[in-house]
Amino acid sequence: MGLKTPFHELHVDAGARMVDFGGWDMPINYGSQIEEHNAVRQDAGMFDVSHMTIVDVQGKDAKPYLRKLLANDIAKLNKPGKALYSGMLNENGGVIDDLITYFINEEFYRVVVNASTREKDLEWMQKQAQNFEVSVDHNKNYAMLAVQGPNAIEKTQAALSEQQKQAIEGLGVFFAVDTEGFFIARTGYTGEDGFEIMIPLDKVSSFWEALIKAGVQPCGLGARDTLRLEAGMNLYGQDMDENISPLEANMGWTISWEPEDRDFIGRTALTQQKAEGVKNKLAGLVLEGKGVLRPHMKVICEDGSEGEITSGTMSPTLKKSIAFARVPKTCGETVMVEMRGKQVPAKVVKACFVRKGEPLV
Amino acid sequence: MSDIPSELKYASSHEWARLEDDGSIVVGITDHAQGLLGDVVYVELPEIDSDIGAGDEIAVVESVKAASDIYAPISGTIIEINDTLEDAPETVNTDCYGDGWMFRIQPSNETDYQDLMDAEAYQESIADE
Repeated sequence: MGLKTPFHELHVDAGARMVDFGGWDMPINYGSQIEEHNAVRQDAGMFDVSHMTIVDVQGKDAKPYLRKLLANDIAKLNKPGKALYSGMLNENGGVIDDLITYFINEEFYRVVVNASTREKDLEWMQKQAQNFEVSVDHNKNYAMLAVQGPNAIEKTQAALSEQQKQAIEGLGVFFAVDTEGFFIARTGYTGEDGFEIMIPLDKVSSFWEALIKAGVQPCGLGARDTLRLEAGMNLYGQDMDENISPLEANMGWTISWEPEDRDFIGRTALTQQKAEGVKNKLAGLVLEGKGVLRPHMKVICEDGSEGEITSGTMSPTLKKSIAFARVPKTCGETVMVEMRGKQVPAKVVKACFVRKGEPLV
Repeated sequence: MSDIPSELKYASSHEWARLEDDGSIVVGITDHAQGLLGDVVYVELPEIDSDIGAGDEIAVVESVKAASDIYAPISGTIIEINDTLEDAPETVNTDCYGDGWMFRIQPSNETDYQDLMDAEAYQESIADE
């Protein structure tokens, strides 16, 4: 038996098929993954993301510590609740994890890291904290639920108090607010509008049930994966890891090169990579022939150079198979993908396929 | 609890087989298999007229999760395929023993079919999984 989130019984009651996910018992679907996917694109769905790790960084040096730890610059955050996506890199410029940091105040930042990387992340963050006056604490006081979709914000109201409704009124994209013990952020991993909500443990059942009553569809990890892939969002461990540079993983935009004297971990390595030029990129593929693109399939470019699919699926929105593939930068507009001994053509596109319900390819 | 019709025969690799009046055998995948696969999004079927041996990988079912091989439960020749699955692969989920059938085989060895499991044996085999 794996680790259980506070929603475990509610999943089982809702008819979830539970699977092991990095040591956690998590719902893969509640019947049909495609219906759950479509609910998020067209209405509202909710995902248990309590397995993700909340790390509170507090102390006089919280800001300089995170400016050293992260490739993106948290000094950009100056409004309470504002969030920032960043890579946490090692000295070689490889990605230890990707994460979101919320600015609470100059001496308090809240960081959310992945589930599968919890132990190594905490260890790394503690190790780097040694030279700073800062505490790095795993906050276990919350369950977490993502409510996503065009009707997510409206339907979430049903589960909130009057005061909470007022608190989230006009909450900007990539902002969070702390209200009556809930930490509500307008963020997500689906390409749709919505919230990621940290919920006090004693409110888990009532909150879930209020959302069910409001018509929010419970969604499993299966739909979460097809949604994030369509939205062009990386999955740690699949699309990038410690041996992959953010420059080869569509994460160049998350590196703050300015100011030049900010010496974040991995900067020296990245500067060198940038000067020499990286070999690969993470491209999007749309399959033109029949079948389904899957991770690790070989990709052959027009000039004969080769790459590999990192994530692939059948897109429920486009009704075509889509993928991310790490390919040489010189790769042209079409490639062949090796599928069970056959070569099938695919079109090379920007790795973002659907946003706010609309196809981009 | 998955549906296992008693009038069909079964392979341990989760195909069902049905003997037709003309002696041919219709094959599909079981309710248990479609449940494990999740939403089916693509089915690759064998070529008509191809000769197949029992246990050969002759088709592929792709679900949102993964690709799974489909094995020939008996030896023979493929005489018909269900090409409606090309446009409606989800039929494998909604009607796996009916409109979600996959291919029809003219058997080359009459005892192959009799050697397959009956419903009770198949039920036991999946209970052990």
